[in-house]
Amino acid sequence: MDRLPRWADVVLVPLISLLFAAIISALVLLAIGQSPVEAFKVMATGAVGSAYGWGYTLYYATSFIFTGLAVTVAFHAGLFNIGGEGQAQLGGLGVALVCLSLPWPHWTLALLAATAGAALFGAAWAAIPAYLQAKRGSHIVITTIMFNYIAAALLVYLLVDVLRPAGQMDPASARFPVGAKLPALNDIPGFDLIFTKPVPANVTLFVALGMAVVVWAILWRTRLGYQMRAFGKSEAAAKYAGINPVRITIIAMLLSGALAGMMSINNVMGEAERLLQNSSEGAGFIGIAVALMGRNHPIGVVLAALLFGFLYQGGAELGLWTSIPIEMRIVVQGLVILFTGALDVMVRMILQRIFGLFRSFKAAGVA
Amino acid sequence: MMDYATLLQVLDTTLRLATPLLLACLAGLYSERAGIFDIGLEGKMLAAAMAAGAAAALTGSAWAGLLAGIGASLVFAALHGVASITFRGNQLISGVALNFLSSGITVLVAQALFRQGGRTPPLTGNARFNPITLPGAEALRDIPVIGPLYYEVISGHSILVYMAFSIVPLTWWVLFRTRFGLRLRAVGENPAAVDTAGVSVVALRFAAVGITGILCGLAGAYMATALQAGFGREMTAGRGYIALAALIFAKWRPVAAMWACLLFGFFQALALRPDVVQAVVQVKVPVPFLDALPYILTVLVLAGFVGKAIPPRAGGEPYVKER
Repeated sequence: MDRLPRWADVVLVPLISLLFAAIISALVLLAIGQSPVEAFKVMATGAVGSAYGWGYTLYYATSFIFTGLAVTVAFHAGLFNIGGEGQAQLGGLGVALVCLSLPWPHWTLALLAATAGAALFGAAWAAIPAYLQAKRGSHIVITTIMFNYIAAALLVYLLVDVLRPAGQMDPASARFPVGAKLPALNDIPGFDLIFTKPVPANVTLFVALGMAVVVWAILWRTRLGYQMRAFGKSEAAAKYAGINPVRITIIAMLLSGALAGMMSINNVMGEAERLLQNSSEGAGFIGIAVALMGRNHPIGVVLAALLFGFLYQGGAELGLWTSIPIEMRIVVQGLVILFTGALDVMVRMILQRIFGLFRSFKAAGVA
Repeated sequence: MMDYATLLQVLDTTLRLATPLLLACLAGLYSERAGIFDIGLEGKMLAAAMAAGAAAALTGSAWAGLLAGIGASLVFAALHGVASITFRGNQLISGVALNFLSSGITVLVAQALFRQGGRTPPLTGNARFNPITLPGAEALRDIPVIGPLYYEVISGHSILVYMAFSIVPLTWWVLFRTRFGLRLRAVGENPAAVDTAGVSVVALRFAAVGITGILCGLAGAYMATALQAGFGREMTAGRGYIALAALIFAKWRPVAAMWACLLFGFFQALALRPDVVQAVVQVKVPVPFLDALPYILTVLVLAGFVGKAIPPRAGGEPYVKER
């Protein structure tokens, strides 16, 4: 079978996968007696039809950029990190501890410290599965799943028994001090001309975009990145070339965990301004879909994160204005993961057939 | 200390909570022994629970619910098979995808059918699998120690509980005493050898995935029509992953799987009775710690601190025939 041209592999394969996911989603909507066209209209109006909608879409996208990058970094080193959810929740704990520790004088200082806290806690939560994979050969997928549940239990315990202020009923930390409040897009001069109403999207968006550049630079412009990619492509060859597998596995997972943890500056610090139960709300898992859809490249991840931001905000609007349950977005998420991650061979085979036909037509035309 | 009556209560709950774990764990056993990783046990259970709850509510028959549950689970199993066997896709990603798909679609369908916020209507009477009293339970009840144990713990469960526990020796027999079992295990260790012997790797793996679907169907149907009275969103609550943990804990062996599921079921039963735990260990144990215990134990097993868990050698690898 002929190989696909590179542009087709990079652009067409994800787009066709997305098309399949969209078609099946439309069929699901038809099956439950809803109109896919109407649903899409509601989603588009709610998510990208106004600056206010964009404020939410970008807010979700910010979280997904972090978790998508987290999955991407691990993927390049041949590791499947399903633990983004737990790492993000631990990141939230780091953010909360930093924000509550001092009466922060200015948000810039608080942001720096909280980012460090989030990255540190997220990385620490990834460190144990990383060590077990590197040293003991325990499967990273299983250990990170287990760590998601352990993280959830740990946070329930901390929020109910330790961090909850006396007299408060709901299991949550105290509210962060005013000095730790991050400017939302409607607070930033210039942006406030576009975002006239308060929106949840905040300065973390720029941190996320910055991290996309950093991840690109690490992966394709440093020796470490080269070693990670080599290790991911072929463990045996990388070992033969003198790359230390333990070191690469652990560094890749620490980076991945740190990125997943950092999403918490968006939702915990930028939006909720206190630590709640299940703060990450599944964003850690969406990182898997984002990384697959974005073909494990930071540019792709940013674009895919926008798409999923649209899906999440649009899905919330569906739940609000139509009788379609909000769970529709989980269906689409599952389908995107299925087609881009598990059925990618099928999509490629279909494309190869089509390209093959084109080639034979061309050959016939020339002759 | 805990008195005997309380102990029996906790053990009774243990058995009820261990049953879905055991069915899902045995389900995973077939698939993984044949070399197909399945982290989609959770999704299959959930789909089965919804289908069983819905069918039982519509027909008024728990058995119809059971069949519908098995059917729904088989659809998801088939998707996993097509993705990971036919198209040689990533088995882990396929499992993750199908879990999400199931998580969303169960609510969509339940909502479209019943308009009760993504739940199915409460089941009563024959729409549920009701407890059955084993022969002699009433008569033997007054014998000290053993009588109450038999009456309270062993007797009085639904038929699915007894089915689940009888599938354990059956699975042992199939895997270790039949030709099919031998081939199934071989295809998980060295598919090329099976292929060379003229046996279809694809057919064997699809058969294994199909059995996984049926058993997950039983697990899900039990959740909605026996343990509880109807389907509710996310009602499996991570049990598919606990079953996966139990499978690793049991090192992919059927009888050990039963003990692991009983142990994890016991933890779940304890998490419902923090007062009992406190009375026994004399310290206040946080409930989340009990919730997390199965996962913590599994990590310890994976780390090789409690014996070594070695998965089937060809697990997760798509089989490519040499040309």
